[in-house]
Amino acid sequence: MTTPLRIGFIPLVDAAALIVAVDKGFASAEGLDVTLVREVSWSNVRDKLNIGLFDAAHLLAPVAIASSLGLGHVKVPIAAPFNLGINGNAITVSPALHAALMAEIDGGDRFDPMATAKALARVVAKRKKEGADALTFGMTFPFSTHNYQLRFWMAAAGVDPDEDVRLVVLPPPYMVDSLASGHVDAFCVGAPWNSVAVDLGIGHILHFVSDILVRAAEKVLAVRQVWADKNPQTVAALVRAAVKAAEFIEQPENRAEVARILAQPERIGVDAEVIQRTLGGRLKISPDGTMRESGRYLLVGREEAGCPDPVQAAWLYAQMVRWGQTALSPEALKTAMGVFRPDLYDAAVGRPSQTGQAAGGAFSAFSGPVFNPADVVGYLASFAVARRGP
Amino acid sequence: MSAEQSPKIVIVDESPIRAAILEEGLREAGFTQVVHIREMQSLLARIYSVDPDIILIDLENPSRDVLEAMFQVSRAVRRPIAMFVDQSDSASIQASVEAGVSAYIVDGLKKERIKPILDLCVSRFNAFAKLQEELERTKSQLEDRKVIERAKGILMKMKGLNEDEAYVLLRSTAMREKKKIGEIAQSIITASEMLK
Repeated sequence: MTTPLRIGFIPLVDAAALIVAVDKGFASAEGLDVTLVREVSWSNVRDKLNIGLFDAAHLLAPVAIASSLGLGHVKVPIAAPFNLGINGNAITVSPALHAALMAEIDGGDRFDPMATAKALARVVAKRKKEGADALTFGMTFPFSTHNYQLRFWMAAAGVDPDEDVRLVVLPPPYMVDSLASGHVDAFCVGAPWNSVAVDLGIGHILHFVSDILVRAAEKVLAVRQVWADKNPQTVAALVRAAVKAAEFIEQPENRAEVARILAQPERIGVDAEVIQRTLGGRLKISPDGTMRESGRYLLVGREEAGCPDPVQAAWLYAQMVRWGQTALSPEALKTAMGVFRPDLYDAAVGRPSQTGQAAGGAFSAFSGPVFNPADVVGYLASFAVARRGP
Repeated sequence: MSAEQSPKIVIVDESPIRAAILEEGLREAGFTQVVHIREMQSLLARIYSVDPDIILIDLENPSRDVLEAMFQVSRAVRRPIAMFVDQSDSASIQASVEAGVSAYIVDGLKKERIKPILDLCVSRFNAFAKLQEELERTKSQLEDRKVIERAKGILMKMKGLNEDEAYVLLRSTAMREKKKIGEIAQSIITASEMLK
């Protein structure tokens, strides 16, 4: 007997494990008859998952946590039994901002986020003095990794993301147009949109997010907690299908086929070659053709990327606190960590996994102390720029 | 509505027809202050300048995520805005999401004043969806009729039939093959073009 499932996704490369699980038959081999539904906004994905129009979804990791805490919307506890992607975002800036940053980098390494953040601080100060408009940065959602990654980066050099620049939400498919029209000066978004901007000659990839955070949980496979409790077999089957798809995606000899699958119009719908670049972590970062390669650009199945790591959830929760989206509470921290479910992952694959941190080292970033979920207060106290509240 | 002024409503929808249907419904129900925003660039700035009590947005619109940013503490926001539906309103969320519309409400507006607006939204959105379906169906019926006319002409010419006989032949073949008459007609046209 097959189990019919409706799963929502946003057309981004980190939905790969889900798309390949369905289109390559890993899901049907597990007895699942999955209908993938392409969505246009994270709010839609969240709402349709919450009310049961979707059984599961490709979801921003912070949205899964916010939903479980009732932040920004109704409270619906979410379980994430599989991590769809680690890293994968990039910061892209307009040619004008890129030139301004490079002029202010002062001999620093342009791939060093501290050097670029300091350059940004100088550009911001100069613009203020000249009475120019504040720089505008696009990101995808208030509860998004992109929001927190941009903030983390610029705040390290003293740029206050709420006072010194403007952060605006933009749907990923609108990012490129908005950069071209000058509506934003930069954006942080997932693949393939950074590459699309570079190919059009209107953007430079300034950073891979892996420059800023060594290992950052990005999207999760999300289900309602009550649904997971009621359907443990289905959850396990879905996780196994995603694990197999992730393994398939990570084989370099499969990349061309994977890119073709993802490129289909009803999936991501952009050029397969662009998708393949991001899967391989070899990206054109500048319109002049400069390439940059990183083995950490996007992890789909490598280094136990698929296993949800509660420490990642704790860090994301800490960012919500740092930027005033919620007040710190030990119960909420526990709830947030409980959204990421390595136990469900282990049950599905039938072996104890190493959690991500154990596999990939401590949670570290280019600035600030190593994150310790047992001391969120101490961790947050180490950052000068913050917006405590509400 | 003299005691309480009609709330200011913004409709964010790129479909002018659907927005017009909704706006008309709202006006008929006595909500006189309705503004339709079609332009998605600088959406928030436009919304702030209208300063609405209620924002209605269709779910096909990617800019819905932009509206979510209004919940955030930000110096741009003068009044906090909350998602209409609170914890107890799951039936309302369900109905509106299924109909394809979402509502954002400025804090402080009484719940009993919101309910009829949302109900109206849901029914108008559903009506629009039905209208579109009908339109599609009519279109394909028209298309079918054209194809059948052409197939009849081919049969009449090639088999020396009159119009009624040609139609009967088409219909009986469709019944035998368990196919639509339009499909049989299309295959006749395709075949005759190949044999030209």
